[in-house]
Amino acid sequence: MTEQQALQNYLLRLADSDMILGQRLCELCGKAPAVEEELALMNVALDLVGQARNWYEYAAELIDDGRDADKLCFLRDAHDYRNLLLVEQPNGDYAVTMARQFFFDVWHYFTMKSLENANDERIANIAAKAVKEATYHLRRSSEWVKRMGDGTEESHRRIQDAFDLLWRFTGELVTPDDTDHAMFKAGIGPDPEQLKKDWFGMVREVAAQATLTTGAEDAWMYMGGKKGVHTEHLGFILAEMQFLPRAYPDATTW
Amino acid sequence: MYAQLVDTGTKRLKTLEEMSPEEREFQEKVDAEIKIEAKNWMPDGYRKTLIRQISQHAHSEIVGMLPEGNWVTRAPTLKRKLQLMAKIQDEAGHGLYLYSAMETLGADRDEEIQKLHDGKAKYSSIFNYPTLNWADMGAVGWLVDGAAIVNQVVLQRTSYGPYSRAMVRICKEESFHQRQGYQILLDMMREGTQEQKDMVQDAINRLWWPALMMFGPHDDESPNSQQSMVWKIKRKSNDELRQMFIDQTIPQLEFLGCTAPDPDLKWNEETGHYDFGDINWKEFYDVLKGDGPCNRERLATRRKAIDEGAWVREAAVAYAAKQKQRAAA
Repeated sequence: MTEQQALQNYLLRLADSDMILGQRLCELCGKAPAVEEELALMNVALDLVGQARNWYEYAAELIDDGRDADKLCFLRDAHDYRNLLLVEQPNGDYAVTMARQFFFDVWHYFTMKSLENANDERIANIAAKAVKEATYHLRRSSEWVKRMGDGTEESHRRIQDAFDLLWRFTGELVTPDDTDHAMFKAGIGPDPEQLKKDWFGMVREVAAQATLTTGAEDAWMYMGGKKGVHTEHLGFILAEMQFLPRAYPDATTW
Repeated sequence: MYAQLVDTGTKRLKTLEEMSPEEREFQEKVDAEIKIEAKNWMPDGYRKTLIRQISQHAHSEIVGMLPEGNWVTRAPTLKRKLQLMAKIQDEAGHGLYLYSAMETLGADRDEEIQKLHDGKAKYSSIFNYPTLNWADMGAVGWLVDGAAIVNQVVLQRTSYGPYSRAMVRICKEESFHQRQGYQILLDMMREGTQEQKDMVQDAINRLWWPALMMFGPHDDESPNSQQSMVWKIKRKSNDELRQMFIDQTIPQLEFLGCTAPDPDLKWNEETGHYDFGDINWKEFYDVLKGDGPCNRERLATRRKAIDEGAWVREAAVAYAAKQKQRAAA
């Protein structure tokens, strides 16, 4: 794998994870537990899809095979998607939605913090904007994890169940592969060891405040999203999300 | 218009002589275009009418997210998806803002939402129609937001201060949504395939009449209008607003190269307005009563969201109480 290939791969991962989580949040439109949450969910989703667009645009320029950001988003099938398995998991109840968001936000925050200093100016600029949004997302999801964990008996049970349910998808966030190593070596991506330490540190800290327990670092982990091997959910997400461009391939403008 | 058939609770208008001194002072203030503020004395009927109207407006913003939510997961490009998401976010914001304006009148948001879920409060009839193809996202922005703006521009001068100020802010965002909606249709008509053009015409065919119904019944069938006009909650009659909307919309329709599903629609040189055909009022009243295409689904979705979210809201309350206790200890 050349550094160029690693970079393209890495950008698609960032884009796809933002996109798929944004898509999951869109599914909740009009279905949130309070009006304030409607506003906040759409706000977070908007940030994520906006970031996805930035990453897709850069990826499209580097790939340079005639595909633009829209084509990368709407015309790749599941095996070409590189998102984390975590973000394609269904919304579940609001505890699952929020646990998924929290695990992602911690990863996202530290990743953007690091990318802000990437020696690739384009990436650094996108990340500099994204880190502001990710900071807010993380503050919000941490607060909800604490409210649920240290709220009522029912909310505690639900968020603990959600942590237990999703824990197996968190390994992928902090287990580096060749692409991650190559990006670190190139002075772009975060130090995998540091990212892992930061992720566990913050997750455990918030969990403790929320009176929740987390799984073990060496627990069995379900991985594969970063290399295009997904759970059964992604195919359905894409079937919905990509419906129009695929049903009307002759349409060049919308 | 997001408020239809708002009950004022009055059978007949009082003359100035029949009014109590307080009522008279209130009416004179309204007549002099001085805004009524939350702490001012106001007739009970005025307060109740406003609560009904503003809550109906707020409910409409929230229920109105559902027909758009139906397509936000299927928006065809990143640009269109982001635009639609931003519009939906604005609508949630309008809902919150309007509920706050309503609460200045002493109403409680949760109670009013409960009334909606119990079928005792209404939202705009338009949101009981389904969104069946992507062009509906354009047509909703252009026609539905367009109709809402015609009403809301006038409501910027409504007599109740907090409602009037909410309208000023909301109108700015709504006109942006309307232009975006129109652009969706225009792009498809100008550069789209035949299939896309057909989508546009199909969306207009389905949403045209429901959009005209948004303005409510004819003036002589609108028993509450007169009192609302005297209180200057309402500033123009249903028929006046509907005519304004049609007059401004037809040139835009022609510019698109589309038609309205109304054979009687034509320019009237004498009146300087467009004539148009009869609205199917039976359909209008059926939809208001609950027999529209999506009434049951829309309400069921909203009830489910709030019912299933009860534990989330309870957790937030319990956590806040614990935090407060800890801070005090």
